[in-house]
Order: sequence, then C-alpha cells, then structure tokens
Amino acid sequence: MTKTKHLALYGMLSALALVLGYVEAMIPAFFAVPGMKLGLTNLVVLVALYRMDARSAVCINVIRIVLTSILFGTAVSLLYSLAGGLLSGAGMIALKQTGKFQSITISVLGGILHNVGQILVAMIIMQTNALAWYLLVLWISGIAAGAVIGLLGSWMLERLPERI
Amino acid sequence: MKLKRQDAVLLVGLLAVALCLAVVLLLTRRDGAQVIVSVAGRETARLPLSETASYTIQGTNGGINVLQIANGTAWLEDASCPDRLCVQEGAIRYAGQSIICLPNRVVITVEGTSEQTDVDVIAQ
Repeated sequence: MTKTKHLALYGMLSALALVLGYVEAMIPAFFAVPGMKLGLTNLVVLVALYRMDARSAVCINVIRIVLTSILFGTAVSLLYSLAGGLLSGAGMIALKQTGKFQSITISVLGGILHNVGQILVAMIIMQTNALAWYLLVLWISGIAAGAVIGLLGSWMLERLPERI
Repeated sequence: MKLKRQDAVLLVGLLAVALCLAVVLLLTRRDGAQVIVSVAGRETARLPLSETASYTIQGTNGGINVLQIANGTAWLEDASCPDRLCVQEGAIRYAGQSIICLPNRVVITVEGTSEQTDVDVIAQ
C-alpha cells in the first residue's frame, strides 16, 4: 500500500468511525443505563484490525475518540473514552495475536473491556468503589453489544476484499 | 463464520463471570438504611432512607442535583447536567447501589447500616 493510499484510508476510516459514533448517539434507546451502548464504531476498529494492522486500529480509534471529545464532549469524557478504547483495543489485539479466536469472540471481549475501562476511570474520578452493580449491567451489555458488532463485523469481513 | 471450541470456552467463561457477579450481588443484597451523598469524592451529607425528604446537592462547577427520598428509596428528581442520565437512572434502595452524575461529580450511595446501629454495636 502506498503512503498516500494509507493516509487516505486512515482518514476515511476515522471519519466513518466518527459518523457511526454520532449516529449511535442519536438513538435514544441506548441511554437506558449510562455507559450502555452498541459500539458501532467498534465495527471500524474490527475491520482495521483485520484488514490493516494493530497499530492502525489503535490510531484510528484514538483519532476518533479525540475528535469526538473535541466536537461533542469534555475533558472528562475524553478520559472515559480513551480508557475504554485503549483497554478494549489492547484486549482485542492480544486475543487476535493468539490466532485462535474468531472475530466475534474478539469483539465480545472488546465490548466488555471497553465498559470495564470506563468503570475503572469512574472509580478513580469519583473516589468510590460502589460500582459493582454497574459492572454487572455493563459486563452483560458489553457481551451483548460485542456479539452484535462481532456478527456484523464478521459478515463485513467476509464481503470486503483481502486488501483494501 | 463458525465458532471454534476455544471461542465457545471463552464466551461461556465471560458469561460465567457475569453470573457469579450477579449471584454474589443478589446474595449480599440488603435493604439500605441511609444514603450518603458525596461530591468529588468528599462526603457532603447523610440522609436516612426511612424519612421522606428532598435535598438539593451542590455539585462541582455550580451544578445541582435534587435528591428525593420516600418509601425507603432514593432517586434524583432533577439535575442541572446536560444529559440528565442520573435522573433517568431511577430509584435505588439496596445497600451498595448508587446513582452517579458524572458532570457534577456527584455520587449517591445507599449504605446498609445507619450511624445509629453503629453506636448500638459499640455499646454491646
């Protein structure tokens, strides 16, 4: 892949992730519990992880998080998103490196770790450990969201060409 | 896409963790005795769950949350934060449950024992 093409792909996927995040924020059903979300942007990260490499996936996710926070969020929301995004990214990369797991399993772990990362930051910022109920709810919602995204992602990966 | 054995094992394991957490939380669940309000990690008020009350919490950056207590449950009636997720969280009543407002850095936690019973325990 030429440098220019690489750059264009980075920009395009970052923009796609940004838009997916915005689309998701407009669906009110996901606001039932704070932190509960589908994680449509993880589709982009998953595709980048499989079609590009680990470094690209992390870069695109970080660009997306920083842009989202500048456009719609605050410094605190940046901290939450980064913690969730980086922990989830690290977990998915580690699981993929083993080469033994399907994309859906990787996505489920990503979904859970994203929520765990956010709860950890909440515990630090709030100076509280009264978050066990949240952890349970967000753990389960992370599994569900990760499974949906993983399924969508695996369908997309089947249809996308090997080299994009 | 077909799930392999190791996928199934990991997925079942992750579900089992959730199940264990649920069982532990359900078994250790007790009705709360009081709510503790803290702002930015510092406790600012303690209110008994047995008495109907309305209390305005001064959060960080001038934000406010209105706490209501009735029938042994506590909830946030109103809040100045933009998303008002804390209001949507509904009521809490069991020890260890909490409502959190991130923008105002307000945490409301239900505690199982009141100060009164602490004194009784010491008196024994």
